[in-house]
Amino acid sequence: MSTVNKSRRDFLKLTSLTGGGLLLGFSWFSAEAKAPIVAAAPEAAATLGFNSYLSIAPDGLITILSPNPELGQNIMTSFPMIVAEELDADWTKVKVLQAPLDTKAFERQVTGGSGAVPHSWKLLRNAGATARAMLMGAAAARWTVPVEELTTSDGFVIHAKTSKKAGYGELAEEASKLPVPKEVKWKDRKDFKLIGKEIKNVANHDIVTGAPLFGLDFYREGMLQAMIQRPPAFGMKIKSVDAEAAKAMPGIINVVTFKNNVAVVGKSTWEIIKARRVLKVEYEKDGNIESTDDHNTLFKSLLDTGTPTVRRKDGDVETAFKNAAKVIRSEYQCPFLSHSPMEPQNFFAHVREDGAELIGPTQVPGAARSDAAKLLGIPEDKITVQITRLGGGFGRRLKTDYSNEAVELSSILKAPVKVSWTREDDMTGGSYRPAVRYRFEAALDASGNMIGYKCRGVGINSGNPTRENNFPAAAVENLLIESVEHRSPITTGAWRAPITNFLAFAEQSFLDEVAEASGKDPIQFRLDLLQKVKTTPVGTVGYSPDRMIAVTNLAVEKSKWGVKKPGVSQGFSVYFSHRSYVAQVAEVVMKNNKPSVTKVWAACDCGEVVNLSGARQQVMGGIVDGMGHAMFSKLTFKEGEPQEKNFDTYRLIRMREIPEVETYFVDNGIDPTGLGEPALPPTGGAIANAIYKATGKRVKSQPFLDDPVFTAKAAPLRAAPKKVVPPKKTKLPPSSLKKSKVQ
Amino acid sequence: MPKYNIQVNGKNQEVDVAEDTPLLWVLRDSLHLVGTKYGCGIAQCGACTVHLDGAAVRSCMFPVSAIGTGKITTIEGLSEKGDHPLQVAWNEVDVPQCGYCQSGQIMTAAALLAENPKPTMNQIVDTMHGNICRCGAYHRIREAVKLASTKI
Ligand code: FES
Ligand code: FES
Repeated sequence: MSTVNKSRRDFLKLTSLTGGGLLLGFSWFSAEAKAPIVAAAPEAAATLGFNSYLSIAPDGLITILSPNPELGQNIMTSFPMIVAEELDADWTKVKVLQAPLDTKAFERQVTGGSGAVPHSWKLLRNAGATARAMLMGAAAARWTVPVEELTTSDGFVIHAKTSKKAGYGELAEEASKLPVPKEVKWKDRKDFKLIGKEIKNVANHDIVTGAPLFGLDFYREGMLQAMIQRPPAFGMKIKSVDAEAAKAMPGIINVVTFKNNVAVVGKSTWEIIKARRVLKVEYEKDGNIESTDDHNTLFKSLLDTGTPTVRRKDGDVETAFKNAAKVIRSEYQCPFLSHSPMEPQNFFAHVREDGAELIGPTQVPGAARSDAAKLLGIPEDKITVQITRLGGGFGRRLKTDYSNEAVELSSILKAPVKVSWTREDDMTGGSYRPAVRYRFEAALDASGNMIGYKCRGVGINSGNPTRENNFPAAAVENLLIESVEHRSPITTGAWRAPITNFLAFAEQSFLDEVAEASGKDPIQFRLDLLQKVKTTPVGTVGYSPDRMIAVTNLAVEKSKWGVKKPGVSQGFSVYFSHRSYVAQVAEVVMKNNKPSVTKVWAACDCGEVVNLSGARQQVMGGIVDGMGHAMFSKLTFKEGEPQEKNFDTYRLIRMREIPEVETYFVDNGIDPTGLGEPALPPTGGAIANAIYKATGKRVKSQPFLDDPVFTAKAAPLRAAPKKVVPPKKTKLPPSSLKKSKVQ
Repeated sequence: MPKYNIQVNGKNQEVDVAEDTPLLWVLRDSLHLVGTKYGCGIAQCGACTVHLDGAAVRSCMFPVSAIGTGKITTIEGLSEKGDHPLQVAWNEVDVPQCGYCQSGQIMTAAALLAENPKPTMNQIVDTMHGNICRCGAYHRIREAVKLASTKI
């Protein structure tokens, strides 16, 4: 149980009834006092878009607005679950609506960084618990009984002594007149009825019936449609445009050039696509024109000659390496990747004299608005943003390029317009997972202890491609983490589990290399290092060694690590990202000289699991995503031009290729941490380590299947190298692993 | 522009579009049936799958002029109340993540079950292999198809 303080002005009370409307409502997040709200019905309130609220109608229907963009992480289900849990509501009477952008009512209306649930956990619990307390107060007054004698269940307040029972709907009006309690009690987690259970996605019905949920589905009478031709290569700009032929095509209303964009405007998609084909645009050089081959050369030279930024330095690395009995050195590389959300980019904008309206799929509605305000030179409060459902995001929709284009075009056309991208536009239009190359070095003493560790990452527009405080930092006396940046015209951005989506593979592969060189089982090797972090940590510790040990042990136990199966090889990986811990064991069998991943066990510690069904989805999806991109995907460049432009050449994982997945969650009652991303990073490393065991071949670049060893019709690869000893059982920390939930 | 009379979800519709217009854009732009999705436009992803006389076709590469008297069914017309065994199973198994690919997945599966009501898991996987789900909901997609096949 905990208590919280809430000031009265955090809450809004809806005292007016119009057409059987709202009775009790309050803001989840607002710190601003507002006038009481009058609304005819929840739908009307939502479309008016004036506030965040939870409302209870006379018939007991509870409406909850979900503020954060939904892109498949299932936030529209898990947020309301938390409120409904503390409210002790009947889940079948809860209705969820997507809220528009409202920075006064909501905090952090962003989808990214697996941060929504961790950020809002307490706020959401307070919202539910406060409403429940007020409903109980109303019942106590009505029945003149002490509030302590009351209980709640499934949307009713109950007084057992007198067998009295009243629905939340009937109590809501009285409740709304009571003072807002200063302190509320939270449920004990053993009493949870929703949290930790499998609750179905609230949008399922709309999705399976094809309801118009997504930005691309948005249509308004009178709106124009447009597609934009952008430069075909990075480092190019427009030299001249001849739009005569395009303008003469049927259905074309206008062709507009702005910045490096040529927009073809019409009324229907196909007419626009056809007209765009006859556009004649000449381009000229505007910066470096780079190819993947250049990057390969560059990577190697920058690893040696680049000026590094030191990200972390512990001890005396030079001496450690000088005194080492053995030094292991290895390099890993990853290509650019496209985000390729299933729904290509699109945005609707209507710029008027007195303001602007934006509608579309964005992970950052606030940034879309502030960019629009800057572009148009008008105040932000003159701009509204409605968030549609996102057909995937993966980080691509953290960028505002595509909403900005729509704003600019609408302001030029002085008309409402929806700008849509083709798949080719999306794949060639920029903002990729950056390409990175790492060099790792480890120094071992004569007994095989790792006394020195170095990692230098060279990234192309990657920012810091390291996670300097992550494991094995704090476990090694002498450590140096550095990065080198190459600036390129090729645009990059956050891609699901930014940086760690590749770094984890590289680092977890390298740790296996070091374990082998030191003659240890790879898991025992990691556990020994983690033990050192617990007893004698070096410098800042950016993670919990106990939680990492717990997921490691759980993965070992569930996968029966070390038990031999003929023809099957296992690989291990464990990673901390987005405040969560995930260990994975992958099983690989060789088929026709190619590795096939048959099974992955995932042991996750994301604290409290909010929705078990959604959580498993995120883990399975993360593994499929991590595996698919590690095995198959790459985006390459020739003279600045992306060579893969659609799904015929840009390879995504498909159904036949997926492994069986078993998911386990550590049940430790810690406040929830992220889960949209953390299951992805460990997958590549677990697979690569299994491939090594199966073949003796260490894959050092992605996609794995591009490795000449697997592409050539070579003789079968040699079998697994040396035998490894299974790890000793490590004592678990007391808080972890009371029980695990089995998929 | 030529006019075409096409039958969609049991209704006759007249559309006035160029003969090479893919059925996908006729559905989405002319008829505002947006349950059928655009994912690639080159028959690679299956997001645009509809039925033509019961068979799954990729509407993004199917020109309106080739429809003739064929009967088109889209996700909106798969069942009256959204209660086709596949739609029910999709909720039962809680398949959707972002949901964007799912109408195409369901239409592909529906054509399979119409032809082969009791497919093996391998047959399901072979058929569904053509549909991309970028969110990686593949495990539950195949499970839901299997579940629906037990209810048909
Ligand atoms: S949009 Fe038709 S198959 Fe992808
Ligand atoms: S659920 Fe997102 S693409 Fe399939």
